[in-house]
Amino acid sequence: MIKGGFKGKLLRVNLTTKEVKSEALNEEWAQKYLGGRGYGTRLLLEEIDPKIDPLSEENKVIFATGPLDGTLAPSSGRTMVITKGPLNGAIACSNAGGHFGPALKHTGYDMIVVEGKSAEPVYIWINKGKVEIRSAKEIWGKLADESDELIREQTHPLAETMTIGPAGEKLSRISSVMFNGHRASGRTGVGAAVGSKNLKGIAVRGNEDTPVADPEAFMKAIYKARDILSKDAFAGQGAAMLGTAMLVNVINGVGAFPTNNAQDAYFPEANKISGETLREKNLIRNEGCAECPIACGRVTVVKSGPYKGTIGGGPEYESVWSFGAMCGVSDLDAVISANHLCDKYGIDTISMGSTVACAMELYEKGYMPKEDAPFELRFGSAEAMLKAVELACKQEGDFGKLLAQGSYRLAEHYGHPELSMSAKKQEFPAYDPRGIKGMGLEYATSNRGACHVRGYGTAVEVLGDADQYAYEGKAALIKTLQDLTSALDSSGICLFTTFGLSANELAEMVSTATGFSIDAQEFMKIGERIWNIEKLFNLKAGFTRKDDTLPPRILNEPIKTGPSKGHVEDLGKMLDEYYQLRGWDKDSVPTDEKLKELEVQILK
Amino acid sequence: MKVLMLDQAKCTGCRACEYACSFEHTGKFNPLDSRIKVNEFWEDLTFVPSVCLQCERAYCEEVCPTSALTKNPETGVVELNKEKCIGCKQCIVACPWGSIKLDHTGKEVIKCDNCGGDPACIKVCYPGALSYEEVEDITNVKVQETATRLKEIAKDLVKGGA
Repeated sequence: MIKGGFKGKLLRVNLTTKEVKSEALNEEWAQKYLGGRGYGTRLLLEEIDPKIDPLSEENKVIFATGPLDGTLAPSSGRTMVITKGPLNGAIACSNAGGHFGPALKHTGYDMIVVEGKSAEPVYIWINKGKVEIRSAKEIWGKLADESDELIREQTHPLAETMTIGPAGEKLSRISSVMFNGHRASGRTGVGAAVGSKNLKGIAVRGNEDTPVADPEAFMKAIYKARDILSKDAFAGQGAAMLGTAMLVNVINGVGAFPTNNAQDAYFPEANKISGETLREKNLIRNEGCAECPIACGRVTVVKSGPYKGTIGGGPEYESVWSFGAMCGVSDLDAVISANHLCDKYGIDTISMGSTVACAMELYEKGYMPKEDAPFELRFGSAEAMLKAVELACKQEGDFGKLLAQGSYRLAEHYGHPELSMSAKKQEFPAYDPRGIKGMGLEYATSNRGACHVRGYGTAVEVLGDADQYAYEGKAALIKTLQDLTSALDSSGICLFTTFGLSANELAEMVSTATGFSIDAQEFMKIGERIWNIEKLFNLKAGFTRKDDTLPPRILNEPIKTGPSKGHVEDLGKMLDEYYQLRGWDKDSVPTDEKLKELEVQILK
Repeated sequence: MKVLMLDQAKCTGCRACEYACSFEHTGKFNPLDSRIKVNEFWEDLTFVPSVCLQCERAYCEEVCPTSALTKNPETGVVELNKEKCIGCKQCIVACPWGSIKLDHTGKEVIKCDNCGGDPACIKVCYPGALSYEEVEDITNVKVQETATRLKEIAKDLVKGGA
């Protein structure tokens, strides 16, 4: 019996048959996997064949909340989008902040499972538990924020929305899903999964409350958590003051800021695109997602140049890097413009910037015919970077269409896949593994392809006490963080809370909300279980040990300048140890003992 | 006497105040039961909190046929006596700000009571968009900010004159 945290219901919408039904949440799954990422993955394993084409009608897209969404728990506005990922075919889970998740909870549902494919563009309107599938013919083709506005005009001014932009409609494999018109589930190409179903958006509005099992103990736990966060140097002070871009000078300062498509890891002009400069020149105000005491979100304006006047959310640290250092660009206005453009078209900023950087290297090295690009694609040119982003967003011409499929497909097209700075075809973010050793292991083993939010090792390796260049202990560190993050992602709150909160506080919030007896140890076990079932999905989809790797550049080419000069990444040192700690064999397959211990042997 | 102050320039739109308010008054998390509301303008990502302003001349009090609403002269709060309220909703019609409303059931009139002198909303407002201050202090920060600017101008003026 579910006592709280969950509403206990999920909504199934079949876009082929237009059938809508409400069904009870599987309580055993809720207890074993919580909500969000864990529950969603378990459901996909049950209901789809991991081998299917992610853009086919058979794929499902799940919008899931966790037990802490819709409560006063800090930073509890996350909505998870779980599907088989269009970018690489692995298990995909991409989450965003904003207010959609809590609002979905207030309609009476914990999650929405979208199935099938509509013949015509549609959007879904969930109003206090009542569900309509409406025509989106007039909205199709509109930008993500315009679509948000139009859908709210047609439904309710206070509805919270999920929309895709033209990139998702045109099945760009690096397209995102946008919440409230400006918060992105950016990674793994989830926008294309939604677009492939002819689904333009979802609007939700509800009037129910979110029950918690033990209100008094829950409030005690969350006030304690909020207090810890407010005192944390990053979450309580740095991020509020400078946004996540506060990391630009920090990470560049330790020589791990990939520059010019990671030909180097030190950007001499970093200060021009730093969080400090952003605050001074472009910041209007801070924005916080639901119940968030951190408010790392930036609202920025471009004050001059061709995009003068554009107001929008971001850029985050990763976007500043991808459009900035990765392309050799130090013009912050151009970076912000590219970021705003990507949000409007619904395209992932990390993958986009990195893809442009890859194109620049292909161009400069003469690996692509110069006439393929409609302009000079040189590192350092803000104009070229912005033009390329615009081409990709609009998918103009063959080159624009190619750019919109990400760096791996671009580089492969020109016969040089090694120039794509990606793992499992997904571009890695703004931490060079040659300078922060654990990050390489994190990128290589991440179930959804390279990313930084499947256990944020940098928090310990750079901002914490660990030695950034050491290999010892990194396998254990990354495994622990991956497990912690898996459970956290399934609870409905933001990764940034882990800057201050440990598994103890997280477990306390989840257990008092749900009534499940979950202590820190059980919380970590839930996380490990989730990590393992994601791995099982990928094994069934055809991934093997050889996919757990990094671009050859990172493994072989020493960093040229800066504090980490001379370093390469030795993944082999950590990978075997990692598999061993995970209880997996040398081919990265979980052993029967491990699966039995985690009570998931049935899923093998 | 203390009053609840709003500073919309500092609001980040997180709505923690709504959840804190709802919980304080009902023991549940439901923004529709919150006495405070964060208004959003997504086109330029601006957020404006609104709450009962405890008007000196309170139309809600004037229009209430059962005297369920009365202004407490000591605290300045327009108090709602639930026992006397007949749910006629005249106060909602009379309020120029939309600050008196119905709860999520549509049956009960709810309004901000400053939580009896310890507002829950300000405890979760980390950016400081909400504060609970003595009346003589409420504009101090703004006056100081202006004075600081004037001080800098004055310095320049002195330089110019010397």
